[in-house]
Amino acid sequence: MVTVLFFVAGALAIVSTALAVTRPNAVHALLYLIVAILSLSVLFYLLGAPFAAALEVIVYAGAIVVLLLFVVMMLNLSHQSVAEERTLLKPSIWIGPGILAAVLLGALIALLSNGAPAGGDSIEGPAAVGTALFRPYLVGVEIASFLLISGVVGAYHLGRRLKEPRP
Amino acid sequence: MSPQFSDYALVVAAVLFALGLFGVLARRNVVYVLISVEVMLNAAGLAFISAGSKLGQPDGQVMFIFILTLAAAEASVGLALVIQFYRAYKTLDTDSARELKD
Repeated sequence: MVTVLFFVAGALAIVSTALAVTRPNAVHALLYLIVAILSLSVLFYLLGAPFAAALEVIVYAGAIVVLLLFVVMMLNLSHQSVAEERTLLKPSIWIGPGILAAVLLGALIALLSNGAPAGGDSIEGPAAVGTALFRPYLVGVEIASFLLISGVVGAYHLGRRLKEPRP
Repeated sequence: MSPQFSDYALVVAAVLFALGLFGVLARRNVVYVLISVEVMLNAAGLAFISAGSKLGQPDGQVMFIFILTLAAAEASVGLALVIQFYRAYKTLDTDSARELKD
C-alpha cells in the first residue's frame, strides 16, 4: 500500500517536473512546479520526515513559487491582451495540472483513510529535528539568518528603479 | 513496508536534478532558468532527506531546512535581477545580455 503510494508520488514528481521545465507558458510551468512540490512533500512524508514535508508545502509552494508567480504576472510574460485573458480559463490550460493533482489527492486520501503512519526506514519527528537544529547546528542557523538578511537587502538594492535608463 | 524506500528516493532525486540541469541548459528565458534552479535545489533536498532516512538521523532534515533558506534567498535576489533585466532589455531572453561579449 505505502509502496504503491511511494511510486505514484515519485512518478508524479518526475512527470510534473519534466512538464514544468518544458512548458512554453511560464504560468503553466509554475502550476506544474506546484504539483511537483506537493508530490515531493508526499515523498518526504513517506520517507519518515513529516516536518520537512510540512516545510516543503509552506515555504516552497506557499512562498517561493508564489513569489515567482507574482513576478511572472508583473512582467506579463504571455503578452496577452484582455480578450485573450479570457482564454486563460479554458479547461485545456488547467486540465494537466488538475489531473496530476487529482491523482496525488487520491493517493493522499488512500494514505490517510488507511491510517498508515509515515513509512521509511525511520521516522524523525519535529522534536528530533529541532534538537539537532539548535544544538550542534546552531552556528549554521545563525549563518542562515545572515544569508536571509543579506538576501533581503540585496533584493531591495537590486530591485530599485535606476535613475537613468541603461543605453 | 519496503526497507529500500530511500534508495528509490535517491533515484528520483537524481532524475529531478537531471531535469533541472536540462532546464538550466536548454531554456533561454531567465524565469525558466530560475525555476530549473529551484528544481535542482529541491532534488538536493530530497537526496538529503532520503540519506537521513536511511541512516536514521535528523541531520538530513536539518540540511533540508538550510537548503530551503538558501532557496528562499536565491529566489528573492534572482527575481530582483530578473526585474532589472527586463527593465534594461525589455525581454527575458538570456542571449540579449551579451554586452560583455561584444
